[in-house]
Amino acid sequence: MHEPHPYVPNSSHRIKEEMLHDLGVLDVEDLFSDIPGPIRKNSALNLPPTQSEIETKLKVEDLLSRNLSTRDIVSFLGGGVWPHHVPAAVDEIVSRSEFLTSYTPYQPEISQGMLQALFEYQSMIAELMGMEFANSSLYDWATALGEAARMSSRLTRRDEFLVPHYVQPDRIQTLKTFCDPAGMRILEVKQDRRTGAISNDDLQQKIGSKTAGVYIENPSYLGFFENEAKRIGEIAHEKGALFIIGADPISLGLFTSPGELGADIAIGEGQPLGNHMNYGGPLLGLFACREERLLRQMPGRLIGMTTTKDGTSKAFAMVLQTREQHIRREKATSNICTNEALCAVAAAAYLSLMGPQGLERLGKAILANSSYAMRQLKKVEGLKVPLFEAQHFKEFAVGFDGTGLSASQVNTRLLLRGIQGGVCLNDQFSELGQSALYCVTECHSREDIDRLVATIMQMLGER
Amino acid sequence: MMALTFKQAQWNEPLIIDRSREGVVGFSLPSSEIPPADVPVQLLRKKPPKLPEVSEVDVIRHYVRLSQENYGVDLGIYPLGSCTMKYNPKVLDKLVATPKIQDLHPLQDPASVQGILRILYELSQWLAEIVGLSKVSLQPAAGAHGEFAGAMIMRAFHKQNGDLEKRDEIIVPDSAHGTNPASATMAGFKVVQIPSNQEGCVDIDALRASVSQRTAGLMLTNPNTLGIFEAEILEIAKLVHEAGGLLYYDGANLNAMLGKAKPGRMGFDIVHINIHKTFGTPHGGGGPGSGPVVVSKKLEGFLPVPTVERDGDRYYLDFNRENSIGKIRGFWGNSSVLLRAYAYILMMGRDGLEEVAEVSVLNANYLARKLGQVRGLELPFSHRVRKHEFVLSAARMANETGVTAAHLSKRLLDFGIHAPTVYFPLIVDEAMMIEPTETVSKQELDELIAAFSKASAEAYTNPDLVRESPKGTAVTRIDEARASHPKTMQLTWKQKPQAV
Repeated sequence: MHEPHPYVPNSSHRIKEEMLHDLGVLDVEDLFSDIPGPIRKNSALNLPPTQSEIETKLKVEDLLSRNLSTRDIVSFLGGGVWPHHVPAAVDEIVSRSEFLTSYTPYQPEISQGMLQALFEYQSMIAELMGMEFANSSLYDWATALGEAARMSSRLTRRDEFLVPHYVQPDRIQTLKTFCDPAGMRILEVKQDRRTGAISNDDLQQKIGSKTAGVYIENPSYLGFFENEAKRIGEIAHEKGALFIIGADPISLGLFTSPGELGADIAIGEGQPLGNHMNYGGPLLGLFACREERLLRQMPGRLIGMTTTKDGTSKAFAMVLQTREQHIRREKATSNICTNEALCAVAAAAYLSLMGPQGLERLGKAILANSSYAMRQLKKVEGLKVPLFEAQHFKEFAVGFDGTGLSASQVNTRLLLRGIQGGVCLNDQFSELGQSALYCVTECHSREDIDRLVATIMQMLGER
Repeated sequence: MMALTFKQAQWNEPLIIDRSREGVVGFSLPSSEIPPADVPVQLLRKKPPKLPEVSEVDVIRHYVRLSQENYGVDLGIYPLGSCTMKYNPKVLDKLVATPKIQDLHPLQDPASVQGILRILYELSQWLAEIVGLSKVSLQPAAGAHGEFAGAMIMRAFHKQNGDLEKRDEIIVPDSAHGTNPASATMAGFKVVQIPSNQEGCVDIDALRASVSQRTAGLMLTNPNTLGIFEAEILEIAKLVHEAGGLLYYDGANLNAMLGKAKPGRMGFDIVHINIHKTFGTPHGGGGPGSGPVVVSKKLEGFLPVPTVERDGDRYYLDFNRENSIGKIRGFWGNSSVLLRAYAYILMMGRDGLEEVAEVSVLNANYLARKLGQVRGLELPFSHRVRKHEFVLSAARMANETGVTAAHLSKRLLDFGIHAPTVYFPLIVDEAMMIEPTETVSKQELDELIAAFSKASAEAYTNPDLVRESPKGTAVTRIDEARASHPKTMQLTWKQKPQAV
C-alpha cells in the first residue's frame, strides 16, 4: 500500500478499505484484473520517488534560476512572441480559480462568467480587427493561418493559397503541414528586396481560377507595412479568392485594421494582449471573419448572447456547435476542442484596461521607441537600418554585412555584454545577408536602446 | 452531508462595454523623452475600435463578479466524463508565476535557458516512460492538436513506405471521442467507423472485416469512453498491424492506466497525452492545455521539429529531423503548462501516480455501483469493473417520467454539483458519462449519490421541478435555440440581430 497523498483524499488506508469492502472487493488490484497479464506485468514506472511540496518547489526554483529572463538581460527578440507589459490586474483576473479551474462551458447556466468573458473577447477582437465576427480562440497565429487557408479552400472549393515571401518560417511551415493533407498548394509571392512591397507582377502571374485565398501580413514579419494592401485585396476578390490579413493586434489602436483594408478573414497572435511570453507558449490564435456567409465554415468555439427561457435575463451559451467535432465528428470544420480560453480572458481584460485611447497611445509609444532605435542604430557605421525602405512598427531588420561580423557573432558578443540581440534572419532568408530582426516595445527604455547602440559601436570599434 | 442547496452569485453583470464612460482610463504608460514619430496618413486607422473606456477598478470588479458566476474544480466535484477534472495543486500556479518562465523568449540563446530546457527534456523522458514508448514531442497545444500530429505521423510513415496513395482509411470505433474522426479527416484520411459489440467494446469481427490494405491506422482510447478496458487489445493490435496499419492511442483516458498498464505494451505506436487531464494542470475554462505526442522507435524520425535534446550537461533544441512532419504550431509548446506537469510528476512520484490510477478507478467503481441502483438509472454492459469513468443510461427515467439526462444534469447544478458529460458516447441512450477522478473524497462521492437519489425521487414525484431546473445558478434555463437561430444569433456586442 502506498502512503496517503495530499491530493488524493481517499488514499487514506481506512477509507480505501471501507470503499473496497462496499464493493465486495478484497484488493484494489482486483479492479485492474480485466487487464491482460502480459500488459499488466510490465507496467511499473521508472520515475523519481514522491517528493514533498518543499522539495519540489526548491528543485523547480533552482532549475528556473538558471534561466536568464528579459528582467536579467535586455532583449531585442520578437518575431512572433514579443515582450509587452502585462498589467497586474490581468494576472489577477486569470488567477481567479473559478476561471482557472473550470472547463469548456458545456453547462452554460453554471458557467456564465466564462461565457460572458469570452463573448466580450469575441466582441473586442472583432472591433480591433474591423470584422463582424471572431471566434473564442485558436492555439496561435501559425495554426490560425493553417485554419484560414483550409477555410478559404472549403469556401471557394479551390486549392491554391498565396502567401508573401517574408513570413515567419514557423508560420509557413505550419501552414504547409495543415494544407498538405487537404491537397492544397502554397505559392509564394515575391516581395521587393528594397521596399518589401508585394510584387504586383508576380501576384498577377500566380493568382488565378485555382486561388482560394491571398494572404498578407500588416505589419509584416519584418516589421514593415504594405502600402498596397487594399489593392491586393481587390485583386484577390476580382479573381474570386478570399483575402486574409495577419495583423499584430497591438498595432491596431493606431494602424489600419484588416477590415478597413478589405480582409475577409483576419488572424493574428494574441500573446501581446496581456499574456506572458512563457518561452513561447501558451499563445493565443486570433481568428475573425467579415460576414455571416463565412461564419459557418469558421473553426473554433463561438459564444452567443441570448436570454433565459423565461426571457427575464440575458444569458450566454456556445452556439453553432454543429460546426464542431463533438457533434459533427469527421464533418467538423476543425478538430479543435481545448483552445486557449484563459488567454482569451486575459486579452479581454487587457483590452478593457487599455480602451481605444490606451491602445492608440501604446501604439504611438512603441512606434516612437522603435523609430528612435532605428535612427540611433543607423548612425553606427557598417549597419544597414532598416533593411527595407518602408514604414515600420515595433520591429525592423538590421543588416550586418558591412561590419565583417555574422549576425550570430554579433549576438554572441552582445550576450557577453548582457544584451540579447535580435532574431538572426540569414538562416531564414539568405538573400538578406547577415541580418537580424530587432524588436522594441513599450518595455524598452531609452537607456536600453542607447546601451544597445553604444555596445554595438564599441564592439565594432574593437575589431 | 451537505444540504444540497446552492446559490450561485447572480450579479446580472452588464457587458463591460455598457460600463464605458468617455475619458475613463485603465492604463498607464511611461513618459518618455523620445519624440513621437510620424505615420503616413493612409496607414492610420480611420475608425477607432469600440472598446470600453473603464478604470482598473471597473475591470477588476467586472471580471471578479463574472468569476463568481463560474463553477470550477476548486468549488466542488466536476465529474465531466473523459475530461478528468481533477484538483490542480496550488503550488503549480505559484511555480509558474515567476519572470524566470513568464519573461523567457523562445528564441533566446540556449545558454540562457538551460533551466527550462532541462525541465522539458526530463519531462519528455518521463512521459515516454509512462506510456511505454520511445520519443516525445511536447509541441501540441491540446489533445486534438496531438491527434492531428499523430495522424500526420501516420501519413508520413505510409508515405515513406510508398503506400500512402492506397492507405487512406483510419478506423475509429463508434464510441470514440469526436476529435478522433475530426483529426483523421484533417490529416487527409477517410474515416471508417466500426460498431461496438454488445459489451461496449471493439467488435473484433467488425474490425477484421474493416481492416485491409487501405488501412492507415486505428484510433482508440483504452479504457474506452464507457470506462471499460478493451481486454482484447492485443488481438486488436495484431489485426491492425498485420494489415500494415498503425495503432493510435487517444490519451484522454490515461489517468486510469498510470503505473498499471502502458499503451506501448498494449501495442500502440503513437500516443497523445492530455497534460491538463492526467497531470494536474488547470483547464482554464477550455484551455490552455497541452497534448504531447509520443511515438515508438520506428516513428521517431517523423516527429515535429524541434525536439529537446541533451548533450552531456547541455540541453538544446534539435531541428535536425529529415523525415519530420514539420512544424505544427509556432515555437515549441505550451511551456508554462508543461512546467506545471513537471512539478506535478515530481510531487506524485512513481507511487503517487499509481495511487492516482488506483483511487480514480476505485472512486469510479464505487460511484458506478451506487448510482446504478438509483431508480430510473442503469449501468449498461455487464462488465464487472469499470476504470476511471463509467456511463449511466437515464433512458428508463426518461420513459417513465419524461425527465431526461439533460434535465437531470441541470438539477444537479442546483445542488452545487457540476453535471456529467451528457449524450456521449452516442452508443448509450440518454447517456451520462461520469468521471469523479482521484481528487474527490468519499464524502463528496456520497453527496453526489445523494444528489442523484434526490433528483430521481423528484423525477418520479414532481418531474416539473426537475425539468424546470436549474434555479440556483447565475441564470435559469437558457434559450439555446434562440442563441443559435440565424435571426436571433448575436456573437458580438456590435452585431444587431435581425429580429429580437
